Amino acid sequence: MAVTVKRNPGDIIFSSITAVAACTVIVFIIGILFVLIRESSLAIENFGVIQFLTSTDWDPVKESFGALTSIYGTVVTTVLSLVMAIPVALGIAVFLTEVSPNFLKGPIGIAIELLAAIPSIIYGMWGLFTLSPIMGNTIEPFLKRATADIPLVSVLFQGTPMGIDILTASIILSIMIIPFTASIARDAFNLTPDVVKESAYALGATKWEVVKNIVIPYSKLGVFGGMLFSLGRALGETMAVAFVLGNNHRIFTSLFDSATTITVTLANEFTEADKDVYLSSLFYLALVLFVMSFVFLAIAKFFLLRAERRHAR
Amino acid sequence: MKTIFKVAVVLACMLSFTWAEAADKLNGAGASFPYPVYSAWAFDYNKATGVQINYQSIGSGGGIRQITERTVDFGASDAPLMPEQIAKAKLLQFPAVIGGVVTVVNIAGVKPGEMRLDAEATAKIFLGEIKYWDDKKIQSLNPKVKLSHDEITVVHRSDGSGTTALFTEYLNGVSPDWKTKVGAGTSVKWPVGIGSKGNEGVANYVQRTKNSIGYLEFAYAEQNKLTYTLLKNAAGTFVVPSFETFEDAADTGMFDPKNHFHLWLVNAPGKNSWPIAGATFILLAQEKTDANRKVVKFYDWAFRNGDPKAKELVYVPLPKSLKDKIRAYWKANGI
Repeated sequence: MAVTVKRNPGDIIFSSITAVAACTVIVFIIGILFVLIRESSLAIENFGVIQFLTSTDWDPVKESFGALTSIYGTVVTTVLSLVMAIPVALGIAVFLTEVSPNFLKGPIGIAIELLAAIPSIIYGMWGLFTLSPIMGNTIEPFLKRATADIPLVSVLFQGTPMGIDILTASIILSIMIIPFTASIARDAFNLTPDVVKESAYALGATKWEVVKNIVIPYSKLGVFGGMLFSLGRALGETMAVAFVLGNNHRIFTSLFDSATTITVTLANEFTEADKDVYLSSLFYLALVLFVMSFVFLAIAKFFLLRAERRHAR
Repeated sequence: MKTIFKVAVVLACMLSFTWAEAADKLNGAGASFPYPVYSAWAFDYNKATGVQINYQSIGSGGGIRQITERTVDFGASDAPLMPEQIAKAKLLQFPAVIGGVVTVVNIAGVKPGEMRLDAEATAKIFLGEIKYWDDKKIQSLNPKVKLSHDEITVVHRSDGSGTTALFTEYLNGVSPDWKTKVGAGTSVKWPVGIGSKGNEGVANYVQRTKNSIGYLEFAYAEQNKLTYTLLKNAAGTFVVPSFETFEDAADTGMFDPKNHFHLWLVNAPGKNSWPIAGATFILLAQEKTDANRKVVKFYDWAFRNGDPKAKELVYVPLPKSLKDKIRAYWKANGI
């Protein structure tokens, strides 16, 4: 197409405005990264990279800081919440795409979107005032009794059940990420060509067999990408867990232990961080989270793109 | 074109309006603990004089940083700055109002004010060395209270806070063990216990958890009707947390204008002093004389008219002797 078209000045203005708008995103990301690195430089100087990432010490009084307890808490709560959220989310997606009668699809879809729209601080308050007493008084003592005789499992349920712990935080997180996982999984399932499904039904396959052998294999990558997106969200979730995790810098083994995550540490300690190294270490933690989220989202994007490309073929 | 002109006129009007207003407006930022009383005072002061005080409760750390960078007219901090810090950042410092921290427990059958604790027992409980309520040490302090062999659950703050700073400063002063193992600060490395967010979080947790102990701002213990304990003070008496015992602490505390009033009001020597009290402080920039005059005028007004309001909000007003010292300090620093 070597034809030169005389471009309308309006077009040029329009396209440059949109280009500038798009560039702001990149400027913001680079700007944030730059600020995080600059503000954490003091902590990087003091603690290095390896030492900061592997030290379990977090002592504002003695000004000795390490990120491992926060990273560990972040990873454990995230993984646990995914383990709880994914089966439910997949169930919702399968129901909405394959099982549900049409009149139910609308209300359930809306309910899921509403769940996603609840601000996280509300989850946090609900968690502290409603969920954690229920957990501490009923569910956790039950789990403790039920698992008391099983050798390795009982380690997970040791200690006094308080309701401010890993388990409660993970449950709240899982409720928060269900809508994301479910809606991405639903979209991925919808990508399965009807022809293929109908052929399977024609061959006498049951619904379960169609889901298991056709829909899920077909949309694997998309669903996986969706899970990673939820993981990214769980990693960064702050207010909902800040109330129910206790901000304890410890490496824990029991689900009844109170712990901390990177975001919980930041939310709890930022306002009163009065020493330079302390503040800088908090920025350093933020930088670690920034890198972690970036890596996970990059992987998620990679899988989603591959899934789309496969369908495009 | 016409619309652009209109917009410009409106903008110009708004700008000139803000400029005109700026003369009667003071900006402050810092500690969240005194926020309710500062904003109540600011409201009344605005009604009385038309001067607007805009106070943002962003936390003591933020308050210190903002006044050091001169982005606000006054900063506020729950922890007093050391005289060296004041000199380095060229600041002035004076106390504005007093608050206290009380220890609260939840033990079946124990009523408010029944449980007696001393500094050593409190430190050992929060260190995790005393694990059960029927420990000999606690039992010997409370011969009349029936205590059973129940595990103690320690509840502390999960967020950084002036309340924690005050409480740990108290333990630091009375227990060498605490000083070497934990120390004092807005956040510390707690040896035991669960963390709960905010005074309301601690109140909620102690109320709900049997055999627990926690520490919180006096106002929260009052409002939530929690089971406060008596504490043994430096003079050896067991005292009840109340306005009188806080005032007594403030009266006998050695606030010294030469140190810019740097003082943790813990273990005050008075016979009737509650041992964990603390002033919250205002920070000014030394060279900004004009702004300082306006800020000081506000606090002078609050010292004269604000005591009932402060009490209503369960803060302890400064004793008269201290107010006079502060006024002399203002004068000495050319305000």
